[in-house]
Amino acid sequence: MTYLPKPRLHHPSLACNSLGYTRRDYEGKISTLCAGCGHDSISAAIVRACWELAIEPHRVAKLSGIGCSSKTPDYFLGPSHGFNTVHGRMPSVLTGANLANRDLLYLGVSGDGDSASIGIGQFVHAIRRGVCMVYIVENNGVYGLTKGQFSATADIGSVSKKGVVNTDAPIDLVGLALQLGATYVARGFSGDKEQLVPLIKGAIAHRGAAIIDVISPCVAFNNHAGSTKSYDYVREHNDAINRLDFITPREEITVDYAPGELIEVEQHDGSSLRLRKLETAYDPSDRVAAMTYVHERQAAGEIVTGLLYVDPEAQDLHTHLKTVAAPLNSLDATVLCPGAAVLDKINAALR
Amino acid sequence: MQPTDIRNPAYFHKVVDCQWACPAHTPVPEYIRLIAAGRYSDAYMVNWQANVFPGILGRTCDRPCEPACRRSRVEESTGNKPEPVAICRLKRVAADLKDDVQARLPKPAARWNGKRVACVGAGPSSLTVARDLAPLGYRVTVFEADAKPGGFMRTQVPRFRLPEEVIDEETGYILGLGVEFVAGRRIDSLKALLAEQFDAIFIGCGAPRGRDLDLPGRQEAAAQIHVGIDWLASVYFGHISQVGKRVIVLGGGNTAMDCCRSAKRLGGDEVKVIVRSGFDEMKASPWEKEDAMHEGIPILDCRVPKAFLHENGRLVGMTFEKVRVEHGADGRRKLVPTGEPDERHDCDEVLIAVGQENAFPWIERDIGISFDPKWDMPVVDQTTMQSSLPHVLFGGDAAFGPKNIIWAVAHGHEAALSIELLLGGADTHARPLPAVEVMSQKMGIHEWSYDNNISPDLRYRVPWADPAKTLKSMSLEVELGFDAETAWKEAQRCLNCDVQTVFSDHLCIECDACVDICPMDCITFTVNAEEGELRMQLTAPALNTEQALYVSGPVKTGRVMVKDEDVCLHCGLCAERCPTGAWDMQKYLIELSHAGDAKPDARQEAA
Repeated sequence: MTYLPKPRLHHPSLACNSLGYTRRDYEGKISTLCAGCGHDSISAAIVRACWELAIEPHRVAKLSGIGCSSKTPDYFLGPSHGFNTVHGRMPSVLTGANLANRDLLYLGVSGDGDSASIGIGQFVHAIRRGVCMVYIVENNGVYGLTKGQFSATADIGSVSKKGVVNTDAPIDLVGLALQLGATYVARGFSGDKEQLVPLIKGAIAHRGAAIIDVISPCVAFNNHAGSTKSYDYVREHNDAINRLDFITPREEITVDYAPGELIEVEQHDGSSLRLRKLETAYDPSDRVAAMTYVHERQAAGEIVTGLLYVDPEAQDLHTHLKTVAAPLNSLDATVLCPGAAVLDKINAALR
Repeated sequence: MQPTDIRNPAYFHKVVDCQWACPAHTPVPEYIRLIAAGRYSDAYMVNWQANVFPGILGRTCDRPCEPACRRSRVEESTGNKPEPVAICRLKRVAADLKDDVQARLPKPAARWNGKRVACVGAGPSSLTVARDLAPLGYRVTVFEADAKPGGFMRTQVPRFRLPEEVIDEETGYILGLGVEFVAGRRIDSLKALLAEQFDAIFIGCGAPRGRDLDLPGRQEAAAQIHVGIDWLASVYFGHISQVGKRVIVLGGGNTAMDCCRSAKRLGGDEVKVIVRSGFDEMKASPWEKEDAMHEGIPILDCRVPKAFLHENGRLVGMTFEKVRVEHGADGRRKLVPTGEPDERHDCDEVLIAVGQENAFPWIERDIGISFDPKWDMPVVDQTTMQSSLPHVLFGGDAAFGPKNIIWAVAHGHEAALSIELLLGGADTHARPLPAVEVMSQKMGIHEWSYDNNISPDLRYRVPWADPAKTLKSMSLEVELGFDAETAWKEAQRCLNCDVQTVFSDHLCIECDACVDICPMDCITFTVNAEEGELRMQLTAPALNTEQALYVSGPVKTGRVMVKDEDVCLHCGLCAERCPTGAWDMQKYLIELSHAGDAKPDARQEAA
């Protein structure tokens, strides 16, 4: 770690996006995490994704719970809105915020402890409801902040830094998300930004519950031989099923692919996800097949990464609730309280 | 690309742009840190070791280090005017604020080693030879036509830029090493000097002849037309104490700037500089041009002098042809007449400062010293400074034509080393390797033994004395020099480029922490490729091909780490963020060999 603020000087060729911001403008405070923490790479990937999509920082709300991962929203998107909730309660605060103002981009950042242990009840219901959000789990398999106990995502048989073997079955966040109806499910690795950045961009453009499980090695407590979430292990067992290229509606498509190599998924906002297949048989629009594939590979000790499932026709909570198009927090008293006559009418309809 | 061989002393030396650019290879960041620490005497001695005249150079150096300074490249991004660290003026701070350094200077040699060396001229190159050799036991005799040592520095550089006591002090340090100074003796025959049986003769007599302009009217108006460097010397010796009201200075070099500023002080109300070339192509350093213009002297460019106008044997003006600068197909600059009518400038006096020439009428051509027939210049070895007579060496402006003080010092060091090798019976071309010291600066998890907090400040201006006073005096120094507080702030702008980022590929776990934290996007992990391709596939393209790529051996995934040295801040954040210590910040001190380092065992150790 470092305590010096990152110098404001930057490379002379550093480009501006269409809003006139450089990538550096999307950074936050200097990280206080351990040197080499995978979470910092994920922060850098979020910075890159938001810069490349020219997201207006003031249109983003970052929400997190408690833990190393939940500290990270302080380290990116400094000018955005932020809310550090109670441990494990980020999903419900996010849901509430989303209901109040549907116009913001909701970025939930959590860890395996925050989402898979104390907050698992919140995690599953936010997904079930289809809250429109980007939910990133920075998954390192240990409680880093309390010095390296196994978390609920630690694989059975994996060994702690002290040499203890984990005997509990792991919670598979990707499996849960698929089963609970998430409409954009991906898994990434903090050590591979070329894969991770497009996955985040796709999730930002997605209008539904987008879950990204990012394996993020804990350098201090879970990067040793015997760990299944170390840099070395993940690199050796990474089964990347596809490579995503995120195409905004404005961009001209110039690359040619041989037929069968490419799946193109158009999303609501006109953006498209171009998936270069690495695993030819894999179909990311088939939820059941995705679940089967992920579980099969997992049983074989492999870690499936890439865009696992996407439903371009996703619906979100607001659609289900039939809320008005205008954010609820923009409705004034006259709209919210239309008067006795309207109330009488409603009451009459119920008699 | 092949992995970078960082054991080659030249690799990291080149990263220290200022030191690499300095002809004498002064360890600039090292002395700037000492200034920041308030250790002015230590900073002075680091300078003195390398460049012999810190106080003089701190006021007059041509500063090849500053255009090279990395700071101006990294400030390109801030939107303000990017400027290098004020290296030269910090050097002056060390000289101004130091304590008495007499006790730190080498002592005169206890015993004579039996060798006698003659130096012709007491300018910077000769004095450097004397300083390097005298403490080693050589008996060095310096012959000088004038009464005092210093050469050009004393007689041509005006006092309002360089006070005499600074020259006295720094030449005094050298003469105090037991050097024999023979004042008032002009050497007018090398043959005669050779007959005096010196073991080696060093010729550092400068380029004493100012170029003249043979134009119509030159002879008729000769009384009001002067050659710049002669005129400056006459001013120094007090032969000239006033000048006409309207003065034209011809030429665009630093001598022209000294001439016009002197003329302004000697009664020239209307002084102007008129130069053939375009303003940007002028030879004078940008800051010297600024200083002249600041004193209200206009610089008129693109005007080729055509004739001196005279009436009744008195100069009344000059005519100039107007030209414009064009670049030919071969890239060479050409001055093309604009076709406008010639311009007339009335004046009372003209100072010609259009260049200097070497003159060796006192070197007989039959004594074994080869001369280049085209330029009538002695043939001098670029490395050893030797002429075709191995024990006759040249340096300073006498060697390869007019340059500047810092080059003269560099030549002096090389010549002194050659003399030591030669008189020790060694091959003068086998130069001893430099002394290199590499030291980790790590003190704790995020603590370094240098200040890695990058200052965002822009370059500080050196304060000036009141122009109402300085413009009336030839001797009142214009620049006041930084005070200690400003010097500290300016010193903080230095990026410590000698604290190198050293990468150990076998320790890297490819966590990307260094890539993410690097404020300048210098670091990339990528598949290896040829240099041209590699430069384009980095996080930020490495377009400055003058600056090296630092390429590692393969890391675990088979990729390589590539660092573009160009705009690295040496802030050490990569090393602070590295969980495995694959990055380390190591101070790289390189000291070029001087006379006295030429022992064979020293060479062995360095290798």
